[in-house]
Amino acid sequence: MTENAQSTQATASGDNYAVIIRDMHKWYGEFHVLKNINLNVTKGEKIVVCGPSGSGKSTMIRCINALEEHQQGDIIVDGTELTNDLKNIDAVRSEVGMVFQHFNLFPHLTVLENCTLAPIWVRKTPRAEAETLGMEYLERVKIPDQANKFPGQLSGGQQQRVAIARSLCMRPRIMLFDEPTSALDPEMIKEVLDVMIELASEGITMLCVTHEMGFAKTVADRVIFMDGGEIIEENNPDEFFDNPQHDRTKLFLSQILEH
Amino acid sequence: MTEKNYIPGEHPDLPPPSNLIGPVAWIRDNLLSSPANIIMTILSVWFLYIVIPPTLNWFFLDAAFTGEDRNACRAVADGACWAFIGERFKLFTYGFYPEEHRWRVNLSFILLIAALIPVLFDKAPFRSLGLKFAMAFPFIAGWLLVGGLGLQPVPTSQFGGFMLTLVIGITGIVFSLPIGILLALGRQSNLPIIKVFCVSFIEFIRGVPLITLLFVASTMLSYFLPPGTNFDLLLRVLIMVVLFSSGYMAEVIRGGLQAIPSGQIEAADSMGLKYWQSMRLIVLPQALKISIPGIVNTFIGLYKDTTLVIIIGLLDPLGIGRASLSDTKWTGLSTEVYIFVAIFFFISCFGMSRYSLYLENKLETGHKR
Repeated sequence: MTENAQSTQATASGDNYAVIIRDMHKWYGEFHVLKNINLNVTKGEKIVVCGPSGSGKSTMIRCINALEEHQQGDIIVDGTELTNDLKNIDAVRSEVGMVFQHFNLFPHLTVLENCTLAPIWVRKTPRAEAETLGMEYLERVKIPDQANKFPGQLSGGQQQRVAIARSLCMRPRIMLFDEPTSALDPEMIKEVLDVMIELASEGITMLCVTHEMGFAKTVADRVIFMDGGEIIEENNPDEFFDNPQHDRTKLFLSQILEH
Repeated sequence: MTEKNYIPGEHPDLPPPSNLIGPVAWIRDNLLSSPANIIMTILSVWFLYIVIPPTLNWFFLDAAFTGEDRNACRAVADGACWAFIGERFKLFTYGFYPEEHRWRVNLSFILLIAALIPVLFDKAPFRSLGLKFAMAFPFIAGWLLVGGLGLQPVPTSQFGGFMLTLVIGITGIVFSLPIGILLALGRQSNLPIIKVFCVSFIEFIRGVPLITLLFVASTMLSYFLPPGTNFDLLLRVLIMVVLFSSGYMAEVIRGGLQAIPSGQIEAADSMGLKYWQSMRLIVLPQALKISIPGIVNTFIGLYKDTTLVIIIGLLDPLGIGRASLSDTKWTGLSTEVYIFVAIFFFISCFGMSRYSLYLENKLETGHKR
C-alpha cells in the first residue's frame, strides 16, 4: 500500500523527493552492515527509524550526508547524487543538518559562535548577519539567554537544543537526527522533543533515529523498522504500532513498549 | 545553638561555620592537620632556617660587587665575586659582536618584546597590527643582526652569549610549532605518500641525538653540498635545531589531536566545513590547548639544548663562561659563572612555564567536567 503510493509519486515527478536511496549496500571491512536499502523520502516527510542496537539505523542516516561511505547503490539527496566527488559531498552537507546523540558542540566556542561558525565559513555570511541569524534560532529553541556561555556550562538538554539551533542556522532542507535524546536525563528529553515537534510542524524534511515512540506517534508520517542491516517493515505510525506485520517487529515493539 | 525550623524546600544557603574559613583554618588544614604533618612542618622550617641565611650571605651580604681581579674580591668579602661577572657582562650578552654595532642587538631585543606582547596577550592594544609586525619580526631581526641591505654585515661567527641563545632558541620555537603541526596532521593523513614521509621524518629525528645532527651540520654537510658553496654555519645549526624540535613537536601535537573526539570532526563535516577549515577552526584550537604543557616542555627543552652548540665551536653563554674561566686574573670562580648562566636560563624557562599556566587557565571553558 505504501509502496503503491511511492511508485505513483515517483512517476509523477522525480524531484518531489528529498532523499532517494536505491539498492544501497555498505560494508565495514568484512561485515555487511547495510543490505539492499531502498528508501524514498518525499519533501517535507517526517520519518522515524527504529530498531535494536546494531541494526544499522544510525549508519543508514549517516550515509545520507556522507559521514559514512556506501559501497553499492545510489543515494540522491535533494537532486545531488553522492559520489566520491567532494564538491557533491560538500553541496549535500551544506543542505543537510545533523544532530548527534552526544551533541558534538564545539567546547572551545561560545553557544553563539557554535551557531555562527558554519554560516560564516561555509555560507560566507557577514558576521553581524550570522549573529542575528544565530540569535533568531537560539530564540526558537528557547535559550537566547545562554548565547555567550560555553557548551560545558549548559545542561544536556540545553546543549542538544543548541546543537539543533546550530544545524538550523545553515537553513537546511533536510534534518537528520541520530538518537537525539538517548544521552539525556528523562527531565530533559521533553524539552528537546518539544523543539523537534515544533520544527516538524514547519514543513522541513526530517529523518529521525529514535526510540521515543510517543514522538513517532505524534510526528512521523512513516515509521521504519530495521534489523540486521535491512529495512524489515515500514508503515504509517498507526498501522505500525497497532498492527505490525513481522514477528521481529512485534517482538521489538513488545520489548520497548512493555516497561 | 538551636536549629531554626524552615519549611521543607525553603532552607536558605547559610554561611559556613567560622572554623572552615580564614587564616587560622588554613594553617590548621595545611600545616598542622596530623602528627606527620606537624613533624613535616617543623622539619621544613628548620631546613629553611639552615639554608636561607648562608645562601643570602653568599649571594648578597658577603659578596663583592666591584674589584680588579679575584684577589681584590677576596680581600673584601668571602662570598660570591660578582665583579668578575660584571666585567664580563657584555661578553656574556653579545659574544664577540662588534662593539659599534651592538645597538642592533639591543634594538632587535626591544623589537622582540614589542612583537611578543601582541602574540602572548590577546587583550594587547592594536593587536591585529601587532600580530602583523610579529610575523615580520624574524626577518627584521635577521636583517638587523646579520646586516646587508645598507647595514654593515656582521659574520655570524661573531654571535655569542645570551644573544646567540635567544637567536637559536627563538628561531627554533617560532618555526618548530608550525612545522610540527603540519607533520602531526600529515602523520594522520589518508594520503599514503604524505603519511610515509611524515612518519619517516619524525622517526628519524627522534632516533638521532641532537649532537649528531649538529655535527652533521658543522662537518658533513659540506661533503653533500657542491664544492665552493659557503653555507653559513649558524644557519645550518638553526635548520638542524628547527628540524629536530619540529619532530618532537609533531608527536606532542599528535597526542593532542588524538584526544579530540571523532564527533567534533563529524559535526564539522556535517556542516560542510572543508578539511583545512575544520582543522583550523575546530580541531587545532582544542588539540593545541590540550598540548600546551607538552609544547612548552618541548620549547624549554629546545631552549636549554641550545647550549649544545658549544660542541661545534659556537660560543653560547656556557662557552663564554668556560673561556672566561681560563683567564688567570679570575681563576677558580666557576661557581659564579655557572650560577649566573643558570639564573639566566631559569628566568627564561620559568617565564615560559608560568605563561603556559596562564594560557591554560585563560583557555579553560569548563568542558573538562
